[in-house]
Amino acid sequence: MIRLFANANYDFIKWRRWAYGLTAAIIVPGFALFLVRGLNYSIEFTGGTLIQVQTTQPIGTDRLRTALDAAGIRDAEIKQFGTPTDYVVTARLGGGGVAAEGSTQATAAAVDSALARGVGAGQYAIVRTEAVGPKVGRELQGKAFLAIFFSFIVTLIYLAFRFEWRFGLAAVLATFHDILTTIAFIRYLDLEVSLVVVGAVLTMVGYSLNDTIIIFDRVRENLRKYRRQNLYEILNLSINETLPRSVLTHGTTMATTLALVLLAGEVLRPFALVMTFAIFTGTFSSIYIAAPLLMYVEKRWPGQDARGARAFRPAGAVPLDAPQPPSPPAPGGSRSKAAV
Amino acid sequence: MFYTVRSRLITIGILLVLSIWALIPANVTQRVRDAATGRMKDTTIRRVPINLGLDLQGGIHLALEVDQSKGPVPDPAEAIRRAERVVRTRIDEFGVTEPVVQVVGNNRLIVELAGEKDPARAKSIIQRTAYLEFRITDMKNLFRDALPEVDKALRQAGVKPAGQAAAAASVTQLFGADTAAAKGKRAKGKPAAKDTADANAPGVLSSLLFQGQLPGEYLVPEEQVPVAESLLARPDVRRLIPRGIELRWGNEVSSRAARSYRALYAVEDRPIITGEELQDARATRDPLTNQSVVNFTLSRRGGRIFERETSRHVQDYMAIILDSRVQGQPPFIKGPIAQHGQIELGAKPLQEAQDLALVLKAGALPAPLTIIEERTIGPSLGKDSITDGIHAGIVGVTLVVLIMVVYYRWSGALAVSALTLYVLFTLAGLAAFGFTLTLPGLAGLVLSVGIAVDANVLIFERIREEMQHGKLVRTAVDEGFTHAMSAIIDSNVSTALTAFILYLVGTGPVQGFAITLIIGIAASMVTAIFVVRTFYMIWLQRRPDMATLSV
Repeated sequence: MIRLFANANYDFIKWRRWAYGLTAAIIVPGFALFLVRGLNYSIEFTGGTLIQVQTTQPIGTDRLRTALDAAGIRDAEIKQFGTPTDYVVTARLGGGGVAAEGSTQATAAAVDSALARGVGAGQYAIVRTEAVGPKVGRELQGKAFLAIFFSFIVTLIYLAFRFEWRFGLAAVLATFHDILTTIAFIRYLDLEVSLVVVGAVLTMVGYSLNDTIIIFDRVRENLRKYRRQNLYEILNLSINETLPRSVLTHGTTMATTLALVLLAGEVLRPFALVMTFAIFTGTFSSIYIAAPLLMYVEKRWPGQDARGARAFRPAGAVPLDAPQPPSPPAPGGSRSKAAV
Repeated sequence: MFYTVRSRLITIGILLVLSIWALIPANVTQRVRDAATGRMKDTTIRRVPINLGLDLQGGIHLALEVDQSKGPVPDPAEAIRRAERVVRTRIDEFGVTEPVVQVVGNNRLIVELAGEKDPARAKSIIQRTAYLEFRITDMKNLFRDALPEVDKALRQAGVKPAGQAAAAASVTQLFGADTAAAKGKRAKGKPAAKDTADANAPGVLSSLLFQGQLPGEYLVPEEQVPVAESLLARPDVRRLIPRGIELRWGNEVSSRAARSYRALYAVEDRPIITGEELQDARATRDPLTNQSVVNFTLSRRGGRIFERETSRHVQDYMAIILDSRVQGQPPFIKGPIAQHGQIELGAKPLQEAQDLALVLKAGALPAPLTIIEERTIGPSLGKDSITDGIHAGIVGVTLVVLIMVVYYRWSGALAVSALTLYVLFTLAGLAAFGFTLTLPGLAGLVLSVGIAVDANVLIFERIREEMQHGKLVRTAVDEGFTHAMSAIIDSNVSTALTAFILYLVGTGPVQGFAITLIIGIAASMVTAIFVVRTFYMIWLQRRPDMATLSV
């Protein structure tokens, strides 16, 4: 039988300040970059035109650039898209130049005719066109913002209902941290923020919360089980107990997201990359952000029962390798029969 | 109710049967282009009933709104409904199998044309102004009288009647009985009288046409429509169609005696009035007679013309033609109509009257549409996306299977076999509720396989812990499931909630992702908890004295 991290006994909470430093080192420069240069939004949000071209031979972006320049389309961005015969030409609204002059539709036609002259008809095929008017873009921006906002509110309400608000607050703050690191990550890799990427961020919110909940669920259980230990120890114990599960689940999820990154094609790659990163940050934050936050919240606003008092006890007063209390007797047989 | 293995197995069996039933290739109505004539017609084909999004099929997605930049449009919601009606009338011109025309919100029209490759053409068809005209039907039966000549010409040209002609002829007889309203003699039989040499051969064209209920109306069996159309398109036939008469197809298919027919109308080539003169049309229900009626108002000039024309055509039938298609059955002119007219629809539902009012208004006020969003995806790109997605799925799932089996051995194998059920249930869910599988949805499916095993991981880890505490196998399994439950439910509900919000605010492809995720979560709860538990129960029943568990 393979067992990873069975009966692990690491003092995770002790390292929390290091964790804060690490996460700040990721978030702060990323955010500075974000504030200076913003994010690379897809045309779904900005409005504009995107044209994906498949050429018969790898011709390079320079040749496409020359062709478009000759037609006076200067503000378009040209990128290789996956294979050397796939290119994406993007002209955003608001950048002035050709995209602002005509409608987004006209831009698509202009690019087509420029390519026909510069590259030669039959040498290329337009495989995808997207033309988004400014109104749709603005609407989507609003919707994406609303989506993230409401997902917070709804999960907060759910957590308050299932746990109590202290747990909910810690979990939501940890999730907020995940959004910040993910934005930093997107900025570092200069990924294009499309609606699908926003979808990935929202899925990440769900996944990270999920992970935090698993640990908090164990904390809730252990608080009832071990009445004599303080919160610091309970948190460490709970994280250690759920560690094998964390490793396994993140292993399987990571396997699927990596498969998506490597194999699912260029369109889904930003989504898959964000999801892969989300698994890292979600796991990290559940352990190093959510759990310590719960401790602070409990210190500041002590809970009604003994938990509050226990949170005040000096951390680490009881050595962690002290003999564990004997496992409590199994709860009544009636519970074990609960129908699934 | 699920305490016994038997009842659990029955439940799983029912779910399994339902899923397979949902995924069995079913008859789906599709419009396909007839290879012989290039015309669109409805057919049913058998395929797995999972809808693929445009990003996987290739095609054109257009979002349109009423253009208000050149002056405000009084009622944009009304204008967009008119536009929907017009686009629906023109839907055959696109030549795609499953066109989507849908009003979203109250001022946006979504048109999705899977498989269409030429966006410029599609846009011009949609944005063309609707053309409405009223024409009097062929009251003197000029077309019917010309049929023998047409048949003769066709016979001379060597055109043989279609194979079903004999069967069709007998239907003519049957059908003739209930067309008492038809004036004069029926078309059939005439050619035989004229051409003694071919006394028994039915006319090539006339055998396809059955006299309808009013002069100038002919019914053509739906499956013969392409044949009739190609015959009518022949230059030698067109020459023989009487001067002043034109043929127009109806927009509706009616069924009679288990066969469906499309109406063909012989109408005058000159409209008595066009949509330009129409100002308003409203559907109401007459409170006294409880009949559906459409009231329409013409311009002053239009009223004068209409009065003159209708007084000449009292007792005639007037075809309402939108974009060359006769809309519904031509109404009967009771007396001269001036600026205000009324079309009585009898006992037909109000909905039909509202549709007609929309048709009239579509021609009356051309509301310009602007395209606010356009997406075109080449079919090859869509195919590549599917292939890539499937490759990624296979690799991802294989890795998950390996991890589970290597780490949890027999229990892992149970989880993996439950995973097959999971994939089946998820696909069945997509099919049963008619959701669309998109490219992000495919990613969601792959991703949710990774997440789906989480519940099993939680349970197995719990079982291991309980066994470590020295519990018996049976107790450990029970406790493992019980204790893992709250964590599983909490975490899945929170993921489902975020997915649900994503569904509410997202558009097409992202909604597909959210839906796949939600269905995936529901399916994984069923398989990971219920199905795996049942497997354990069977296992423990067979080996009650098991001291160690392969977990």
